[in-house]
Amino acid sequence: MAAPYDLNDDSVVVIIGSGAGGGTLGNELAQKGIDVVVLESGARHEYEDFINDEWDSFAQLAWLDHRTTGGGWRVAKDFPNLPAWIVKAVGGTTTHWAGASLRFQEHEFKTLSHYGKVEGANLLDWPITLAELEPYYAKAEDKMGVTRTNGIEGLPGNNNFKILKAGADKLGYKECHTGNMAINSADRDDRMSCQQTGFCFQGCKWGAKWSTLYTEIPKGEATGKLEVRPQSHVVKIEHDASGKVNAVVYADKDGKLHSQKARIVAVAGNSIESPRLLLNSASAKFPDGLANSSGQVGKNYMRHTTGSVYAVFEKPVHMYRGTTMAGIIRDEAKHDPSRGFVGGYELETLSLGVPFMAAFLDPGGWGRTFASAMDSYANMAGLWIVGEDMPQEQNAVKLHGELKDQYGMPIPDVWFTDHANDVAMRNHAYQQGQALYEAVGATRSFPTPPYPSTHNLGTNRMSEKASDGVVNKWGQTHDIKNLFVSDGSQFTTGGAENPTLTIVSLAIRQADYIAKEMAAGSI
Amino acid sequence: MTTIYEQRPGISRRELLKRGTIGAALIIAGNAVISPDRAWGMETTALKPETMATLIKLARDIYPHDAIADRFYAIAVKGHETKAGTDEAHKTLIEDGIADLDKRAGANGYRGLGWEDDRVAILRDIETTPFFQAVRGDLVVSFYNQKELWPHFGYEGESYSKGGYIARGFDDIEWL
Ligand SMILES: Cc1cc2nc3c(=O)[nH]c(=O)nc-3n(C[C@H](O)[C@H](O)[C@H](O)COP(=O)(O)OP(=O)(O)OC[C@H]3O[C@@H](n4cnc5c(N)ncnc54)[C@H](O)[C@@H]3O)c2cc1C
Ligand code: SF4
Repeated sequence: MAAPYDLNDDSVVVIIGSGAGGGTLGNELAQKGIDVVVLESGARHEYEDFINDEWDSFAQLAWLDHRTTGGGWRVAKDFPNLPAWIVKAVGGTTTHWAGASLRFQEHEFKTLSHYGKVEGANLLDWPITLAELEPYYAKAEDKMGVTRTNGIEGLPGNNNFKILKAGADKLGYKECHTGNMAINSADRDDRMSCQQTGFCFQGCKWGAKWSTLYTEIPKGEATGKLEVRPQSHVVKIEHDASGKVNAVVYADKDGKLHSQKARIVAVAGNSIESPRLLLNSASAKFPDGLANSSGQVGKNYMRHTTGSVYAVFEKPVHMYRGTTMAGIIRDEAKHDPSRGFVGGYELETLSLGVPFMAAFLDPGGWGRTFASAMDSYANMAGLWIVGEDMPQEQNAVKLHGELKDQYGMPIPDVWFTDHANDVAMRNHAYQQGQALYEAVGATRSFPTPPYPSTHNLGTNRMSEKASDGVVNKWGQTHDIKNLFVSDGSQFTTGGAENPTLTIVSLAIRQADYIAKEMAAGSI
Repeated sequence: MTTIYEQRPGISRRELLKRGTIGAALIIAGNAVISPDRAWGMETTALKPETMATLIKLARDIYPHDAIADRFYAIAVKGHETKAGTDEAHKTLIEDGIADLDKRAGANGYRGLGWEDDRVAILRDIETTPFFQAVRGDLVVSFYNQKELWPHFGYEGESYSKGGYIARGFDDIEWL
């Protein structure tokens, strides 16, 4: 059973956030017999409670605390208080996610070496290689039940995939299939197989899709070594005179503050809240925030170069039926500068229901152009572009100068502007996507702008040298030995791939490191 | 509370004819907006009924779906009436916004412009105003989130209770 730990127990590892990074790290440590307290801002909704309705589900799960955004991106104009579409709940954004689980390519860990200096970009090589991460990728794929790995069959293709595949064949793309998905194609790990309900983004009511909510967390709790405290929002991390972190202050559901002592603290609040928390934990000893001697905390915010293409056909498609993202074309994921940009992108099937389509197809759009597009909803197919974006120092999560949350802490202000490379890549992908659908008879297609960020990366980046980034190759902060970062904010660069498999792999690897260092008494 | 009710009794056809507003246009009677076929009506307390009628027209001009009845546009904008009841600033925003539309439209007001193109031309001039943004921003949810409308768009909504689409056509495309 879940172990309740005392607030004064200073032997526990405290993890902030229960999503892909935090939930995985918590279970991995608990399996090794290490005592863990996971503090999670959001409530615990089990999968039966999920709602097959886009706006109702959004209200149930989304992170809606006050945020602002600025910069040149269109999201700042269309959704000024919603820079990111991520989750506040036990399980974090792995409740919402679509399940696409891809490994990085070798060169994507070494972009500065491979791409060379790109003007205006803050490229840096990761301090790890693909070879070092491969054994952990293998463990993560097994843990998450990723299709087309470990002898697991691919998912069956839905209507949206069939259109994508037909278009891919017409354009001569070679690598197109129903994806590497952390969604059961057959019963596995005491979870049932995908029933093609088509509400992957609203939380899978069958539990077919991997989420830390009903895999890592209960498994960890079953060891008696893991306590998850929902509705526990961390406002500050504290440290002792020597500079080691020793407690975290959090607000419970009634807004009452508590202090939980800790031997080690791991931050996994996703790439907006994690740097915000480090910055908000500034003290006399660390006036610029914790672990920020490099000045890189919050900088280099990445969100993948994204966009969608929807296309209308003469006859019905019903793209919303079935697994949302089980379809991929990987041919454009390579690094081929002859296309006019560095890095690459994936094309993946995507569908939105009518309520979200209206909000996101062309935000702000209206009139007959818009309404007639909506009238064609049943005949639409859709794909999502996800490509590597350039880290830029001025793209950053900053503390808002004036606005504060209910605990008196400055809210995050997310600043983002596309790099010229991002724009060139997106335009290329729009062209390919539109050509693909036209090749199978589309009568009209829409290059749809990026949604609020679902992939948030890079704001506490990993670096060889302490002066270039926030954490080392283990996710341990350069400045404070017993402070770790365990989510996507560690990413040095983003790769073309959806990030979660890499986040989970890094968390499994980090657990090994933490256990080893604890045993050695060095942290 | 703002209510939309079906089949408003009380006003006779004769009465309506006397008011001279029969036809495709929405009817204003007392503090109510009534559909020309008297299938539904809507009482207003905070906003003027004329304002509500213009809002309904405006909503259709923003998202023109010819096969969808006025009633759904009325449902979609009734939130402004409710909000105006408790929020004076919102009331002013809407009343002033509609008055401005009428002014720009000339003698017969916004609803008096027969061609959609003429009304849309006015809207293009004001699309960046807080008034238009507030109306459109609300409408995109309040209109398209009406479950009753989803069949029109060919969207089937909730599917878990029906066992998903595994046996209901997730891969039934035949024309490819
Ligand atoms: C619609 C959608 C589809 C997606 N599809 C895919 C996909 O197909 N493939 C893929 O790889 N990725 C996908 N993603 C992205 C994926 O969900 C994220 O990359 C991943 O969940 C990030 O993991 P994380 O641990 O960094 O953060 P999260 O999973 O977001 O977890 C962070 C947790 O920390 C909590 N928290 C934050 N601040 C605090 C605080 N101060 N105190 C306590 N708790 C706090 C949050 O409430 C949250 O539960 C998708 C995302 C969305 C929104
Ligand atoms: S389509 Fe499959 S994975 Fe997605 S929500 Fe439905 S059952 Fe779950």
